[in-house]
Amino acid sequence: MTMCCRTHIFAFALLLLTACGSTGAAVAPAPDTITDTSVRVPTRNEVLRVVFLLDYNTRVVVIGTTLLGFAAGTIGAFMLLRKRALLGDALSHATLPGIGLAFIIATAAGGSGKSLPILLAGAVVTGVLGVLAALAIRSFSRLKEDAALGIVLSVFFGAGVAVLGVIQKMGTGSAAGLEGFIYGKTASMLSSDAKLIAFAAAGVAVVCGLLFKEFALLCFDAGYARSEGWPVFLLDLAMMALVVAVTVIGLQAVGLILIIALLIIPAAAARFWTNRLHMMVIDSASLGAISCFLGASLSALLPRLPAGAVIVVVASSLFLFSMFFGPARGVMSRWRRQVQLTRTVNRQNLLRELYEWAESTGSDPLTTGISRAHLLRERAWSAPRLGRVLDRAERDGLIYACADGTYRATDIGWMEAARTVRNHRLWEAYLINFADIAPSHVDRDADQIEHVLGAEMVAKLEALVAREHAGPPVAPVPPSPHAIAPREIAAPTSAAARSRAGAKGGAGA
Amino acid sequence: MLSLVRAAAAAPVLAFSWHWSLDGWIVAAGALCAMSCALIGCFLVLRKMSMMGDAISHAVLPGLAVAFLVTGSRDSLPMFIGAAVVGVLTALFTQWINRFGKVEESASMGVVFTALFAIGLILIVRAARHVDLDPGCVLYGAIELVPLDVRPVAGFMVPRAVVTLACVFLLDLLFVIAFYKELKISSFDPELATTLGINATLMHYLLMTLTAVTTVAAFESVGSILVVAMLIVPAAAAYLLTDRLSLMIALSLLLAAASAALGHVAAITVPTWFGFPDTSTAGMMAVVAGAIFTLALLLAPRHGAISKIAHRAMLSLRIVREDMLGLMYRLEELGSGAARGAPAGAGAGASGAGPSGAGPSVAGASGAGAGGSVASGGGEPYTAAAGLLREGKGIGRVTATVAIRDLLRRGQVQRSAGGYRLTPAGRDAARRLVRSHRLWEGFLQKHLNLPADHVHAPAGRLEHVTSAAMVEELDQRMDRPQLDPQGKPIPPAR
Repeated sequence: MTMCCRTHIFAFALLLLTACGSTGAAVAPAPDTITDTSVRVPTRNEVLRVVFLLDYNTRVVVIGTTLLGFAAGTIGAFMLLRKRALLGDALSHATLPGIGLAFIIATAAGGSGKSLPILLAGAVVTGVLGVLAALAIRSFSRLKEDAALGIVLSVFFGAGVAVLGVIQKMGTGSAAGLEGFIYGKTASMLSSDAKLIAFAAAGVAVVCGLLFKEFALLCFDAGYARSEGWPVFLLDLAMMALVVAVTVIGLQAVGLILIIALLIIPAAAARFWTNRLHMMVIDSASLGAISCFLGASLSALLPRLPAGAVIVVVASSLFLFSMFFGPARGVMSRWRRQVQLTRTVNRQNLLRELYEWAESTGSDPLTTGISRAHLLRERAWSAPRLGRVLDRAERDGLIYACADGTYRATDIGWMEAARTVRNHRLWEAYLINFADIAPSHVDRDADQIEHVLGAEMVAKLEALVAREHAGPPVAPVPPSPHAIAPREIAAPTSAAARSRAGAKGGAGA
Repeated sequence: MLSLVRAAAAAPVLAFSWHWSLDGWIVAAGALCAMSCALIGCFLVLRKMSMMGDAISHAVLPGLAVAFLVTGSRDSLPMFIGAAVVGVLTALFTQWINRFGKVEESASMGVVFTALFAIGLILIVRAARHVDLDPGCVLYGAIELVPLDVRPVAGFMVPRAVVTLACVFLLDLLFVIAFYKELKISSFDPELATTLGINATLMHYLLMTLTAVTTVAAFESVGSILVVAMLIVPAAAAYLLTDRLSLMIALSLLLAAASAALGHVAAITVPTWFGFPDTSTAGMMAVVAGAIFTLALLLAPRHGAISKIAHRAMLSLRIVREDMLGLMYRLEELGSGAARGAPAGAGAGASGAGPSGAGPSVAGASGAGAGGSVASGGGEPYTAAAGLLREGKGIGRVTATVAIRDLLRRGQVQRSAGGYRLTPAGRDAARRLVRSHRLWEGFLQKHLNLPADHVHAPAGRLEHVTSAAMVEELDQRMDRPQLDPQGKPIPPAR
C-alpha cells in the first residue's frame, strides 16, 4: 500500500506538471467588467525553462520554496497529530511585533533596520513568547486551547500592527518592506534566503528523524509518555522550536498568514494516504514540497500571481484530491469499503435465505427454483434492490435464473450458502449459550456479526459448540437454534431444534 | 493622514490632543464594534470555537474580491453580501471537511481559511491594478478614518461606520435576547438541547451567520484585527471573572467598551512617551484588551492565577500548622509515658513523626542537643524547639516561621523556655487531629486491608480533610476502638 501511495502522489504530480500550461489558463478569472485580466498562456519553451530550472532567479525561488514546503510538511505532520494544528497560526501572528520592534531597535541603534537576521531574531523572540503565553493561558486558567490561541494571536498581532503604525510614522521611509512579512514576497527571494531555508529544512529533517520515536509517543499518547518518564514538556518545546524555525524562515517566502497553510494543509492531506506515522510524515513532506514546487513554477510562468497564494491554492487542490482519493482514509475509499461490506452482507443474506428455504421446504435448490416473491416477502429489500442483489449473485456465479422466473443455486452457490449458514448458526449458538443474549435478539445480532466472522473464530466456535453438545461432531450445518418460523412451511429438521424452539417460544417472531 | 486632520482641528488642551468630533467618533465606532463582537464572542468561547472569528475574518477575502469583480464597484452592500456568504461558507466547509474527511476540527478550519485567503489574495492582486482594493486596508481597517465619512442621521452628521455598527450591535443584541435560552442550552449541552427539541445544528449555523455578518460589517469599518481580538478577548476575560452566563455577557460588553476607549487613548499617548507620533488605534485596542485579559487572568476572584496560588498557599499553611500541632501532641504523649512501653512507643512515634523519617528518638536527641527542650518529665506540658518543629516535618525555614507565628496568633501554642508548647486550646485541636489520624489508620487497616506499616502516609493526608462528623462516623464503623494499628491510644473526642 505504501508503494501505491508513492505512485499515486507522483503520478498526480506528473499529471499536474504536464498540464501546467492549461491549468494556468483555468486559474485566472475572466470577468467581463474588467478589461485586462486575460492570461497569456506561456509557450512550451517557457514551461520547460521553468520546470527544468534553467533561469537563475526561478531556480532560487523554486528550490527555496520547495525545501520550505518539505520542512513545513515534516513538522506539520507531528503538529497535526498532536492536535495543535492552529498553534502555527498563533505563532506566525505573534512574530509580527518582534519584527517591528527589531526594526525600531536596529534603527535606533544606528544600524540598518532591514537586516534580515535581526528581524528574524525579533520574530523568534515574540513568536516564542506567544507560544509560551498560549501554553500558560491554557494551563493556568480554565480557558481551552482555542481561546488561548485566539487571544495570543489577536493581541500579539494587534501589538504588531501598533508597532508597524509607529514605524510608518517614523518618517524614515524605510518601513515599506516590513509588510512583505505579512503577505510574503516570494519572487524576490535571494540565494542567501534559499540557503537559509535549505539549512533549516535539513535541521528539521534531522531533528525529526532523531526524535521520531519520542514525537510519535507524544502524538499518540502524551499521558503514557509522561508516565513512562519522558520529559513531555521538553519534547513539546522541541517540537515548537522546530515550528518556530520553519515559521520564521517561511515568513519571508510566503508571508505569515500563508505559512500556516504550509504547516496544516500538507499534513492534513497526508492523513488520507496512510495510517502509518512514518509514511504520513514522508507523504506530508512530499506533498508540501510538491505544492511549493508547482506553486512557485506556476507563479513564475504566469504574470501577476503572488507565489505564496498560488502555492496555497495548489496545496489545497492536493488536499481536496487526497480527501476524495486517498487510499487510507479518503472519502472514495471509505465509500468503496462501505459498498463492499453492503454487498457482502446482501450476498450472504440471499444465500442464507436460499438455504433456509431449501431446509424448511425440503426442496433441492439445485433443481428447484426460489421465487422472487418469496425473497421479497422474507427480506426487507425493495424490489429494485432485490433485483440488484440477484443480478450481482448471478454475475458471481452463485445462482442462475430459470425460464419460469425463479432462481436456482449453482454448485458453488450452494456450498457458499452452506458455509454462510453454518457460520451464522455457530455464532447464534455462541451468543445464546455463552454471551447471555436474549434469544429474541439473537437473529439480528447474528445477521450483523456473521459477515465479519473470521475462519479462526469459526473454528473456535465449532469447538465450543461441539463441547456444548458433547454428542456427535458438529455437522457441516448445525440445526438452527430457533425455529425458522413463522414461514409458511415450518418443518424443523431435527428434534433438538424443535425442543429448543419450543423453549424459546417462537423466537423468530 | 489623520495626524494632519487632528493637527488642524485640535488644540492641545490636555496632555494629549483630544477632539470629540474626531476621537469621540473613533471611540464610539470602536466600542460598538467591540461590543457587537463580544456579544457573539461569549458564545464562541463557550462553544470552544474562538478561532472561527479569525478563520472567517481571513476567509472573507475572496467574497470581497468576487463581489467587486462581479459588480465592478466598491459599493458596500454587494461587498458585504459577498463577504457574509463566504463567511458562512467557511463554517460550512469546516464542518464538511471535519465530518466527511474525518479531519480534526481545528485542522479543517486551518485548511479552509488559508485556502480561501489565498484565493482571495490572488483575485485581489489580479483586480488591484484597476482599483484600490488593498489587502492591507482590508486587514487593518481604518478606524482612524471613521470620522471622515459622515452621513446625516436625524439632523446630526454621524459617521457611516457608527450607523452600521450600531445596527449590527442591535441585531446581535436582539438575536441573543430572542434566543437566549436556546443559545445557553445548546452551548453548554448540545445533546440536552436536542432532547429538549432545540435544533442545535440550526443554532450553530445561526450563530455562524451572525458571526460572519458581525465580522464583515465590523472589519469593513474598523479592520479585522479589532474584530478577531474583540470576538475572543473580552469574552474570555469575562469567562474568568464569573460563572453566570448573563453576568459574563454583561461583563464582556463592559470590558469590550473599556478596551475600545482606553485603546484609543493609548494609541495617541503611549507612542509619544517614546518620542513617536500616534499609532494604529485598532492595534492598540487589541493590546489594551489583552492587558485587561492579563489582569483578569491574574486577579479574577475564583479562577484567577493569584487567587488560586493564594488559596493553595493558605491550604499548605494550614496543613503545616496542623502537622506542627500533631507533632507537639505526640511529643507530649511520648514524654508523659502515655504510650505503652518504650520500644512500642518508639515505633509508634516513628510513624507519627512524619515523612521526613526523623524518628522521635533522633528528633528527641537533636532537640535535647538544642537545649533539652523536648522532655522535662512529670506532668508538665512539653516544650518543643522551633528547630525541632521544622526538622520533624521537613519544612522550610520561612514556612515554619510563618506557621509558628500563625499558631501563636491563634493562641494554639505559646512561647516557653526557648521553644514552644501547646496551650489548652492548641492541645484540644491537636488531640482532634491525632484522633482523626489514628482512626483513619485503623480504618485503612481494618476495612481497606492495608498493611499496618502502610497506613501512616494516607492517614496523614486524610487527617487534614476530615470533619468532626466523619471522625464520629469512623469511630462508629470500627466499634469505638481504643488503640490504633501501632498500638497507640486513640485520644478521646473530648
